Amino acid sequence: MAQMNMVQAINSALDVMLGRDPRVVVFGEDVGYFGGVFRCTDGLQRKYGEHRVLDTPIAEGGIIAAAIGMGVNGLRPVAEIQFADYIYPAFDQIVSELARLRYRTAGDLCAPVTIRTPCGGGIRGGQTHSQSPEGVFTHVCGLKVVMPSNPHDAKGLLISSIESEDPVLFFEPKRIYNGPFDGDPHKPAVPWSSHPKGEVPDGHYAIALGKAEIVRPGAAATLLTYGTMVHVAEAAVRLSGVDAEIIDVRSLVPLDVDTLCTSVCKTGRCVIVHEATRFSGFGAELSATVQEECFWHLEAPIARVTGWDTPYPHAFEWDYFPGPARIAAALRAVMESAA
Amino acid sequence: MTQSRLHIPHPPARPGETPDFSYLNIPPAGSVARPDTLAPALQVEALGTGMVRVLDEQGHAVGPWNPHLEAEELQVALRHMVLTRRFDERMQRMQRQGRISFYMKSTGEEAVAVAQAMALRPGDMLFPSYRTQGLFVVRGKSLVDLMCQCLSNTRDMCRGRQMPIMYHWAEGNIFSISGNLATQFPQAVGWAMAAAIKGEDHLAATWIGEGASAEADFHHALTFAAVYQAPVILNVVNNQWAISTFQGFAGGEQRTFAQRGPGYGIPGVRVDGNDFLAVHAVTRWAAERARAGGGPTLIEHVTYRAAAHSTSDDPSRYRPKEEWQSWPLGDPVARLKAHLIALGEWSEERHAALEKELEAHVAACWKEAVTYGTLTEGPTLDPLSMFEDVFQEMPAHLERQREQLRRLLHEPDAAGPRSDVAEG
Repeated sequence: MAQMNMVQAINSALDVMLGRDPRVVVFGEDVGYFGGVFRCTDGLQRKYGEHRVLDTPIAEGGIIAAAIGMGVNGLRPVAEIQFADYIYPAFDQIVSELARLRYRTAGDLCAPVTIRTPCGGGIRGGQTHSQSPEGVFTHVCGLKVVMPSNPHDAKGLLISSIESEDPVLFFEPKRIYNGPFDGDPHKPAVPWSSHPKGEVPDGHYAIALGKAEIVRPGAAATLLTYGTMVHVAEAAVRLSGVDAEIIDVRSLVPLDVDTLCTSVCKTGRCVIVHEATRFSGFGAELSATVQEECFWHLEAPIARVTGWDTPYPHAFEWDYFPGPARIAAALRAVMESAA
Repeated sequence: MTQSRLHIPHPPARPGETPDFSYLNIPPAGSVARPDTLAPALQVEALGTGMVRVLDEQGHAVGPWNPHLEAEELQVALRHMVLTRRFDERMQRMQRQGRISFYMKSTGEEAVAVAQAMALRPGDMLFPSYRTQGLFVVRGKSLVDLMCQCLSNTRDMCRGRQMPIMYHWAEGNIFSISGNLATQFPQAVGWAMAAAIKGEDHLAATWIGEGASAEADFHHALTFAAVYQAPVILNVVNNQWAISTFQGFAGGEQRTFAQRGPGYGIPGVRVDGNDFLAVHAVTRWAAERARAGGGPTLIEHVTYRAAAHSTSDDPSRYRPKEEWQSWPLGDPVARLKAHLIALGEWSEERHAALEKELEAHVAACWKEAVTYGTLTEGPTLDPLSMFEDVFQEMPAHLERQREQLRRLLHEPDAAGPRSDVAEG
């Protein structure tokens, strides 16, 4: 076991997989010599050489298209898109090609590509360095979509993603690369070394995709969330005094409906939290699923707490960010209202 | 038996190694012929491999591309370039002090934006990249306005919605800078197509870095420009570095960026980007061509990114620290200054006075800008304004969200246990 932050845990997952599987190749903008703008690939090119860890031209569409070609030719590409906000030039390659290759060839061809990309706000990145576009991709059939909330999960889920025969979009919430963040930007930064999930095994281990985790057991309500917001939700539970069960969804596609709905059926109340915008966001899918599966157990309408339906504004980051106060208010509201 | 091999481009020097720019083909100043502005694209292919240069080593303007500008205009140009550099330096310092969140300098590349903005007409539309602040300086946007944008304060043209340096200036005919690369390149072509459709003689000009020329949008721009012969000037600012990857990773090892033009049927001109006179001259040539119905021109400006990519970047990790000192095309400010001195129209004393004057001007602008607020000190923008301009008219769901935020900000107690207000 070692203490790792999320960057180190991701680096370790890539290191393990590059070492175990000669088919794994890692590439993206500034990923090779420099080691990535967030340092996630630091040292890997030196260790595995320039044919395994590559810099690429600045062309996200090209990066994903090349990954598909490599995948079809027997490699297991791990492509980095430098910011999730930069992924859209690759949209056609991801949606029309990567996601559907297996289906349209009746299983004859596939490309086991993992796309890693940092997402989320809270770093004064404005609208082009803060987005959480996971819901855009969960809507696409044939993509697995993952977002870890801590170093331990990040490594285990990334290894599973690389080992998956299906394409995986792996979102890395950059606000928690260096430490958990409870939603209060005025507090001093907390490192992962003081968090139990900063304990990360050195070698290979896999966390199965499609498995949610109960982060905090509770009886009064269920709080469904993922990524950075797991930590904000914990702060909100403390703030509200509501004994909420917090579930880290972790894997958005496939979704662990059993764990989610067992909890909601137990508590009878559900608050859904994500940083992404609300309208047609992933919370809408969670809400619909909970409604379908748990309707007769619900004591109150399901509540959603999300980013507002605007681009991420540079000056109003903390008015935009769905912080503990808003989540706590929603928790109190679902406790008050009776179905 | 032979087998295919992957070629991995390597920059000539990494940290600790001796800078080496021998890969650059730099012909002597004045050696490239100046074709007629309406010469067919295929007859001017040599412009893509040579390098248009006007200023020689002694600071004299030589050869057929000499634009013969008045000394007064050159002095204005020097002023714009020095002002751009002083502005950049001040803003970098302010970022280091935590007054703004981010900044990108254009140090070493000032001649490109300044010469081109001066060579074009005010009615021409500019689609900038994030390292062409000289365009705003030449067009007369006040530094206070630019600073207020970087500060996201109450006078911010973007109303707090954009990261620093993402300026725009609709009245000044400068489009909005995007944080996403290369998007402006084909947009400029569309603007130029509209000018032609409307029968106007304005043209569009746009800029990207050589790294961003790898994006598909670059190729969309060249295809559309060529198909419709749109009146547009497409500028690739080859400053050798795209964050940590050198120009070889954008395809610069095989051909010059200017040479891509002829592949599409567009003239490609390679120019010494640190030579104010040369940049001015090729821009005039391209503008005359566009206005006379000759269609688009691709210009590659060979220059060097002297600063870090941004305040988030540390170039000492991937290139020699002193590489700029070895850059064979020098410093654009120093070269124009030397030329003016050689003409007898400038002196070290006047230059020192200019630097001092502009430093004071920038300081005064900053002092004024912060009176409109900073990220951390008031006055501040109203957060409720974030819901405006998503649509022309605010739809009901945004009105509801604005009301939720209003209550949260102004009636924190009311944000408590009421299902109709809490995220309803």
